[in-house]
Amino acid sequence: MNPAALKAELRPLIAVTVALMLITAVLYPLAVTGIGQAIFNRQANGSIIRQDGQDIGSSLIGQSFTAPEYFHGRPSAAGSGYDAANSSGSNLGPTSAKLINGVADNPGTADVDESFAGLKQRVAAFREENGLDASAPIPADAVTASASGLDPHVSPATARLQIERVAKARNADAAAIRKLVDDHTESAELGFLGQERVNVLKLNLALDKRFPLAK
Amino acid sequence: MTIASLGYLALYVVVLLALAKPLGLFMMAVYEGRRTWLHPVLRPVERGIYRISGIDEQREQGWRGYTISLLLFNLLGFLFLYLLLRSQGHLPLNPEGLPGLKPSLAFNSAVSFVTNTNWQSYGGETTMSYLSQMLGLTFQNFVSAAVGMAVLVALIRGFARHSATTVGNFWVDLVRGTLYILLPLALVVAIFFISQGIIQNFSSYHEVTTLEGAKQLIGMGPAASQVAIKQLGTNGGGFFNVNSAHPLENPTAWSNAVSLMAILLIPASLVYMYGRMVGSVRHGWVVLGVMTAFMLVGAVVSGWAEQSGNPNAGDLGIERSAGDGQPGGNFEGKEVRFGIESSTLWATTTTLASNGSVNSMHDSYTAIGGLVPLANIATGEVIFGGVGSGMYGMALYIILSVFIAGLMVGRTPEYLGKKVEAREMKAVMTALLAFPLVVLVFTATGAVNSFGTGTLNNAGPHGFSETLYAFESGGGNNGSAFAGLGANGTFYNMGIGICMLVGRFLFIVPVMVIAGTMVTKKRVAPGPGTFPVDGLVFGFLLFASVIIVGLLTFFPAFALGPIVEHLAMRDGTLY
Repeated sequence: MNPAALKAELRPLIAVTVALMLITAVLYPLAVTGIGQAIFNRQANGSIIRQDGQDIGSSLIGQSFTAPEYFHGRPSAAGSGYDAANSSGSNLGPTSAKLINGVADNPGTADVDESFAGLKQRVAAFREENGLDASAPIPADAVTASASGLDPHVSPATARLQIERVAKARNADAAAIRKLVDDHTESAELGFLGQERVNVLKLNLALDKRFPLAK
Repeated sequence: MTIASLGYLALYVVVLLALAKPLGLFMMAVYEGRRTWLHPVLRPVERGIYRISGIDEQREQGWRGYTISLLLFNLLGFLFLYLLLRSQGHLPLNPEGLPGLKPSLAFNSAVSFVTNTNWQSYGGETTMSYLSQMLGLTFQNFVSAAVGMAVLVALIRGFARHSATTVGNFWVDLVRGTLYILLPLALVVAIFFISQGIIQNFSSYHEVTTLEGAKQLIGMGPAASQVAIKQLGTNGGGFFNVNSAHPLENPTAWSNAVSLMAILLIPASLVYMYGRMVGSVRHGWVVLGVMTAFMLVGAVVSGWAEQSGNPNAGDLGIERSAGDGQPGGNFEGKEVRFGIESSTLWATTTTLASNGSVNSMHDSYTAIGGLVPLANIATGEVIFGGVGSGMYGMALYIILSVFIAGLMVGRTPEYLGKKVEAREMKAVMTALLAFPLVVLVFTATGAVNSFGTGTLNNAGPHGFSETLYAFESGGGNNGSAFAGLGANGTFYNMGIGICMLVGRFLFIVPVMVIAGTMVTKKRVAPGPGTFPVDGLVFGFLLFASVIIVGLLTFFPAFALGPIVEHLAMRDGTLY
């Protein structure tokens, strides 16, 4: 290509690049931000739940729950668990020994914890904390890590299996808590889009309201 | 597969094909420069751009001029993005103070976005400043898609015109595709996404105190505007690390359904447009039918494999069949709000369409469930494929099919009234061989060297699949991953970068060569030796060509990865 022809190319090259960048990378995102902030303010800012003047989470993002008086979400591979600034799945495949059998802590290295709970350990732990017998079938979502590590939901079956434990920890009637779970079970959109599910954070918030913990 | 999930699949296909015609007609009007209902608003903008750029929109270019403009545009885009990523630490709109990217990562990411691949060696919320996400990534999301469409339109002109010399004006096609097609669609989809809960703000990450009293830091940023174009432009690079599995990037079943539609919408409509513009609507429908057939097979197989689950998990007492309020199946790396069928349909479409966004972790799929994405990408991303690039890639297979048919009957093959000769066949085979060549050479290199195996997340055959997937994804300009692989090292960053360049430009240049030679040819009247391209026989031949030439090249590699893994999974062998 001769220099004169190249020079003739330069003006459209630079001008079109700058113009399209201005439109698609500056004006477009700003317009979307303006419209979004104006008409869907809560959603555009992360669907944050505020309670007693404090931000306690996002209704879309799962939180880590370990206390017996709360319903628990799914295992999480995001950071050290439900790290919402570091989303991740386990990315372990179906023939992974680590996924199926877990990894034990190496006693030789006292300062690092290599232990990893595999499906085997998670199934045992889920049965034990919920008082299920040793052959009880376990819903798949209860013991598998989600894709994002931030899954806010569990399946209705996983929630129901935890009712007895939560009722006992709160000294509440299991039937009343079961009703609460049913009320928080969302069905698939239009009956076929997505899945039946329970938002764990919302359920636990309702739980605190209806069956407050003695402090 | 349940009845409900088959119904979901059927509805998806019906809606997609119903939208293909109106959008295809609209895009045709745009590229032919006819007035559309968006002209009152956008035409002044378009003219303004031509004025400041000194572009005469009536002046067309030959195939060489068109290609040179295109390559220069991508070169400038690459250099700008590389420098932006390197220096983001010193630039504004970086509330988290994220540092500049190291050279191999900046190279990989810049190539990735310029080639419409959007492979993520970077981690989204942990790597990219808001400025980089917008000026760098969102911009390339738009224009890399518009470039793909421009190449397709140039090729169409090559077929549709005869005894001519020019194939259009690159700058005009680029500007029109961006302004009239991508921008309005992205705006509408982005606003819908916000209504569903995808974030769109410029705040710093939001700290909350959880119910159990822990601190949780929630990633923020202008996500919706980028996610919309990432889906529509078959880009696929996530705002967050886990892409569309992240609840703030894909919060509901509705955002999921609209994303799924956005992934294939433009690629499918372009096929209709192609048929219409080359003068045979029926030809377009036959090609679209072949693509749909591939999609149905993929969706059913992966849906079945994932719902069947992992016997190793079943042995522990984990439910494998759905029912009574639980999903069953292989649920590692999947989200409850989507369930199995929305995850596997997504995995199928995103890998057919060179989109590469994910809503579940393909790395955790069963062997056969994971083979579907691997096989989809191995076809060279021509089944729906990327925006523009899918149909121009498919055109290479069409020419190949016609050529094979010609050999069978011993006549000079012709396509759309143009003779297919040696020069075109050389161009076709250059592209169709370059893709498996780079992918398989890099995979083999990685599989036998510690720099390739050292960062695998899984051992055994699944580990091999991680390497294969990475280079396929680069070469096919897909961008999805078996994401456990630690790809942010020099070998993978550079190797995948090279695959992306080959997979993009060794398709574009041969396609432009074909456009250039076809446009000069005379049209010949169909004779008794003409192989009709608008019937079932042709459809079957095309289907078979993609499988035999595209897929079977990769069969030995599949045998080493997912096929061995499937047998191991059945026997309970762990690695």
